[in-house]
Amino acid sequence: MELIKSLWNYRGFILGSVKRDFQFKYLNSLLGIGWMVLQPLSMITIYTIIFSQIMQAKFPGSANPLSYSIYLCAGILTWGLFSEITSRAMNTFIENANLLKKINFPRVCLPAIIVLNACLNFGIIFSLFTLFLLISGNFPGLVYISVFPLLLILILLAIGLGITLGVVNIFFRDVSQFYSIFLQFWFWLTPIVYLKSILPAGVQRWIGLNPLEPLIAGFHASLVQQEWPNWSSLIYPAILAIILGAVGMSLFRKHAGDMMDEL
Amino acid sequence: MSILSVINLGKAYKQYSNRWARLAEWFIPVSKPRHHLHWVLEGINFSLEPGEALGIVGINGAGKSTLLKMIAGTVQPTTGQIQVRGRLAALLELGMGFHPDFSGRQNALMAAQLLGYSQDEIAQLMPEIEAFAEIGEYIDQPVRVYSSGMQMRLAFSVATAIRPDILVIDEALSVGDAYFQHKSFDRIRQFQNQGSTLLIVSHDKAAIQSICSRAILINSGRLTYEGKPEDVMNYYNALLADKVNHEIEFSQTNAGETQIISGSGEASIVAVRLLDQQGDLIEVFDVGQSAVLQVEVRANKDLPELVLGYAIKDRLGQAIFGTNTHQLKQVLCNVKKDSTFIFDFCFVANLGEGSYSISIALHSDNTHISNNYEWRELAALFSVVNMKHLAFLGSSWIPPTLEIKKII
Repeated sequence: MELIKSLWNYRGFILGSVKRDFQFKYLNSLLGIGWMVLQPLSMITIYTIIFSQIMQAKFPGSANPLSYSIYLCAGILTWGLFSEITSRAMNTFIENANLLKKINFPRVCLPAIIVLNACLNFGIIFSLFTLFLLISGNFPGLVYISVFPLLLILILLAIGLGITLGVVNIFFRDVSQFYSIFLQFWFWLTPIVYLKSILPAGVQRWIGLNPLEPLIAGFHASLVQQEWPNWSSLIYPAILAIILGAVGMSLFRKHAGDMMDEL
Repeated sequence: MSILSVINLGKAYKQYSNRWARLAEWFIPVSKPRHHLHWVLEGINFSLEPGEALGIVGINGAGKSTLLKMIAGTVQPTTGQIQVRGRLAALLELGMGFHPDFSGRQNALMAAQLLGYSQDEIAQLMPEIEAFAEIGEYIDQPVRVYSSGMQMRLAFSVATAIRPDILVIDEALSVGDAYFQHKSFDRIRQFQNQGSTLLIVSHDKAAIQSICSRAILINSGRLTYEGKPEDVMNYYNALLADKVNHEIEFSQTNAGETQIISGSGEASIVAVRLLDQQGDLIEVFDVGQSAVLQVEVRANKDLPELVLGYAIKDRLGQAIFGTNTHQLKQVLCNVKKDSTFIFDFCFVANLGEGSYSISIALHSDNTHISNNYEWRELAALFSVVNMKHLAFLGSSWIPPTLEIKKII
């Protein structure tokens, strides 16, 4: 409760920082906000060409030529949100060491800024994606709303992991090196670019341990297959999100004092 | 009712024998602690009444800044507690934390938000912040084009936009040009008059003695002395002198100033001391106070003639006054090897406020150009503060008597 209160008291700073970060990212470039769209768009184009054209990967049970692109978008955009929150939250305390040493303010503001910022970026690009779905006649209808609970779990999971990594990273700087490598493996161990069905049966069983797998599968279900996600499969990531959140907060509390000594 | 109480405050940093020890301590449950605590501050107790001004004195590394950071809340104490009643503002390392690519206005806004000012307050304060900083059109330019002085001006203006109940000032204040230094000091004094409590760390003895009503001395992490600023300063000087005599003889130089020693070494300066009339070591004089410059000299060879000269120089290195034993007609002749002398120059410090240095030369004739045995710049440093007299200008004290006659 105290945490929420301090966040509320510093809402001016948090919102101001989000605004400034956003401006800064696109302020000095000519294309501005265009870059935000171009980056995932280029990635999606590359994957679409490589996998669907060159490697002749067929999207099973669909005659729609756009299916694979939509499948990629649904996965890559949401994965992007997750990886942005976790990797930026991991470094936020170190990056803002100067500020933390100088002014006494609730430290939890820093991850809050990261989360809001990532959500803002995601909101813009996901709206464009939704617009594309509407125009191309692929909008799933009512099923679309299942995206929101999925996003909620994804963001909670990202915050929990991000704060945990953020605190640990102050004391063991190896963590950020390790995590950037780990993130690459994690991306390819999640069926984002490929379909889960192409994996051997033995691997399919193990991939269930990946908490992002049911979440991404949920986005795929809603946006590609246009059906409700398998809700029961989301219990695992939801519980993990709560546990990681609790771990992150307790680490944060326990080491708040030592944190400043290490920065 | 005290506005700030510091109770049994201590700070220790964890030190690990190697990088893996911390990992082991984190992840091996119920293991014994693998670090030892390095105490930088221990058992600090003091409290401040509203409107008081407390100076904190101590050599570099004594723990003053750590103490301020704990009071400002950016560093958590290991033991003890700090009770603050009212709003506290801290001027620590001014200007750091500005984002170079944002304009001065955006940075000021962000700093104000960080200090917890509300949106309405900020809107109200911005014109005043801009006016006080006096950086003109630069306010809308990115901070990366600012000079350090301009950053400092802006940071100070933001931090002091609202009068705090307690103002914590680290020595960083002395940056900026003379004009802004005066302007910021005026603001601090104004706050003090309006009832703000001040907590100041400074090496500037004059500042401590003129602003503070009380001072504490921190030495190797402990509160060693508490009392009137003059007493604390004297104690501090004694401590410094002690250090000079026993550990680093003849390197009484301030940061950045190098002592220049040259000469043939046929005679050498063993010790230089500034004493008050009671014979105690002293570093701060009141205007018009009597003082003794004591120089201990040893002849390393048989010398036909030995002359000792000294010059008092101001902050800029201009000689204010200088003389030697030749001019004073007390030249030592036929000095034997290994004989040692003590020269006591008694003088009255009819000097204006400021800091001064003394250069000393040992030679054979009227000037040190012929047979320079040893010549030492910055052999001693002292400062003069005005404690008893009316305010005046300049580096010398020439008190007039005034008579006004009405003639028409």
